[in-house]
Amino acid sequence: MPNITLEVQRYLPEYGEEPMFQEYEVPLREDWVVLDALNHIKDHIDGTLSYRWSCRMGVCGSCGMMINGTPVLSCAAFLTSYAPGPIRIEPMAHFPVVRDLVVDVTDFVDKLKAVKPWVIRETEKPLAEGEFRQTPEELDDFKQFSMCINCMLCYSACPVYGLEKEFTGPAALALAQRYNKDNRDEGNDERMQHLSNDEGIWACTMVGECSEVCPKHVDPAGAIQQYKLAGAADWWKSLITRKGT
Amino acid sequence: MAQEEISEYDVLIVGGGGAGLRAAIAAYESDPTLKIAVVSKVYPMRSHTVSAEGGAAAVIKPDDSLEDHCYDTVSGADWMCDQDAVESFVNEAPNELLQMEHWGCPWSREEDGSVAVRPFGGMKIKRTWYASDKTGFHMLHTLFQTSLKYDPIKRYDEWFVTKLLVEDGRCQGVVAIELATGRVESILARSVIVSTGGCGKIFPFTTNANIKNGDGMSLAYRAGVPLKDMEFVQYHPTGLPFTGILITEASRAEGGHLLNKDGYRYLQDYDLGKPEPEPVLRSMELGPRDRLSQAFVKEQEKGGTMVGEYGHYVHLDIRHLGKKKIEARIPFVRELCLKYENIDPVKEMIPVRPVVHYMMGGISTDIDAATPLPGLYSAGEAACVSINGANRLGSNSLTEILVFGARAGKNAATFAREQGKTSSGVHAQIRDEQQRLGQLLNGGGTESIAGLRKEMQDTMEEGAGIYRTHSSLAKSSEKIQQLQERIGNVAVGDSSLTFNTELPAAIELTYMLDGAEAIIQSALNRKESRGSHQRSDHPDRDDENFLSHSLAYREQGGPPRIEYLPVTITKWPPGERVYG
Repeated sequence: MPNITLEVQRYLPEYGEEPMFQEYEVPLREDWVVLDALNHIKDHIDGTLSYRWSCRMGVCGSCGMMINGTPVLSCAAFLTSYAPGPIRIEPMAHFPVVRDLVVDVTDFVDKLKAVKPWVIRETEKPLAEGEFRQTPEELDDFKQFSMCINCMLCYSACPVYGLEKEFTGPAALALAQRYNKDNRDEGNDERMQHLSNDEGIWACTMVGECSEVCPKHVDPAGAIQQYKLAGAADWWKSLITRKGT
Repeated sequence: MAQEEISEYDVLIVGGGGAGLRAAIAAYESDPTLKIAVVSKVYPMRSHTVSAEGGAAAVIKPDDSLEDHCYDTVSGADWMCDQDAVESFVNEAPNELLQMEHWGCPWSREEDGSVAVRPFGGMKIKRTWYASDKTGFHMLHTLFQTSLKYDPIKRYDEWFVTKLLVEDGRCQGVVAIELATGRVESILARSVIVSTGGCGKIFPFTTNANIKNGDGMSLAYRAGVPLKDMEFVQYHPTGLPFTGILITEASRAEGGHLLNKDGYRYLQDYDLGKPEPEPVLRSMELGPRDRLSQAFVKEQEKGGTMVGEYGHYVHLDIRHLGKKKIEARIPFVRELCLKYENIDPVKEMIPVRPVVHYMMGGISTDIDAATPLPGLYSAGEAACVSINGANRLGSNSLTEILVFGARAGKNAATFAREQGKTSSGVHAQIRDEQQRLGQLLNGGGTESIAGLRKEMQDTMEEGAGIYRTHSSLAKSSEKIQQLQERIGNVAVGDSSLTFNTELPAAIELTYMLDGAEAIIQSALNRKESRGSHQRSDHPDRDDENFLSHSLAYREQGGPPRIEYLPVTITKWPPGERVYG
């Protein structure tokens, strides 16, 4: 069986070194993804390599990394699609690196919370009244935005987030829209208040890198477009209201 | 997390999956003044609840009844579950799923906007709520997102628990490593809930994620709490060869067929009913998981399976459902097959084989989610109440994490309110644990983690698989005890404190070996066949001697001591399991 070379970025802050690349040779197995190769390295070549992973089926969102410069889930990246190699593996772009391929995700998790991703209602519906009615069409209004696995690939792909860390960013905006468009929710105004101060939304050039790299076809770029339209509508509304008074 | 923060809580939850998050919310709602924390070795949305696909069972439709859900569960469990627990579970299930609906879970719907239900294996009426075929994913994210609105619920994300602190006869917190920094800290609490899930990674071929090492089971076991019914290990009949990726039972509920090498629906030869074109509840492909996995082995012995690079397999055929139905009801099945197996189930048959999926056993709890150790509670796959007995029905576990997660949260909150200050004796334990971990990091052992893990997994498959015998189990028992000794000499080559993933892997291996010895000893002692526990040397069920839960207690320097606890029977006397 032929081998393929992985050039993996290493970084160990305790030793005060700059990041460097380390080469590993792994078997080029047809059914192996990059994550299998990393596990092979960890188990048989170098136990000190650090990276995150868990489900190996593209749903836990742990194992994102830059592979040949593109943010992807390493569990869904077959070695053969990069043959003959070498394959360059780096931590996800735009996040501070903790160690090797592990990045600091606290900013992302804080951003999720900031958009209030829960059902907001003026009055709670008692459980005794049963379920909210929601037709399949109403479900479809927000379903796609609910598919986000929080893998953060879209942040690594986003040129605005790369420059402007205050930007709420693609996944969190899609998540806000997931609740805004859910007919059980009444929190749209509350969320818009938080988002109206976000300059990043207007800086988004709509090139759609975020939607391109999304492994779940969530289309955060579409969500951002919806905000822009809603924001513009609000601006017109305020103008008309002002004229009327 | 700043060092100066006081890490003392009323309720501490270990594990941030579905059961843990549900427990945290329940604890908060029962008393918003309590200090609550969730400690998890991964960010909560990475927890393995995320991988559950098919759905969650609860009686909501007019043609269904609580009685029927109870009976399906009890007979599915081969009468090994506690019927009072099953009744509570079934009664509380509808409200828990409704609560999820009110929190925004995107359940699939009927045309009129009501929640839709689908059939599932071993259930005689359609009662499985589902969110397409990503039900666990949607439930976990709904719980996680909802939990964010409760500011008092503090999170310790990516903290790895290494010890339960027990002093003065009660559990008073944990010692944990902050993975980012390697800091070893105590997190004290008046009550602790363990909801760390199962331990499928003890076996070589499993649907379980890398994080499923039975951490909490082992922590409780080391604290003197028994592990209950560990011999009952569920093999799911349809995993993808090599990866072990699960192809949901919903694929069969929607009408998929299991075919042998001749394209024959072989389940008809194993007391599972007659083949009909449309799915029939509690029949054929909708039989229970234990029976389907056992039928696979029998069919293999008969020469009806096919052989590939990763061993024997059969075909799951969903082509006749058509692309439209596949895309609407089980889109994840198609995505997984395309992405990971490079086949399109719209046009091709899916190769599948039985795969270790779920632990019916776990930390022994009562119906209130309390363990025998005061102050320690458990819920979800980590726990054994038991509602799952000798074989869990598909779609009961997602509901179980809610019902018993909520119970654990409420009861742990009540217990916490009644406790005084932390005992001073815990501080000596914390120092000892810090020292132990320091030694492990700089120990200079020679045994490789991956090597020992592989030996453990191989002996578990050989000795404690779908069919077991005294001699296969005895051989594996000996092997596991050797590994228990050799793990003392494990090499941790990474001495860095920053996000060291090798140290946790070594400790996880010690957790798995504890789970392995409990599984094997419980299986050795149960000289009967029941549900998922099939002894070729004792092929019949033996209610006279074994209608009892096994309790595995840890012993120093050898396999566990096994005791028994009678099964609770309320309304359904032991009967024959009839399917088809």
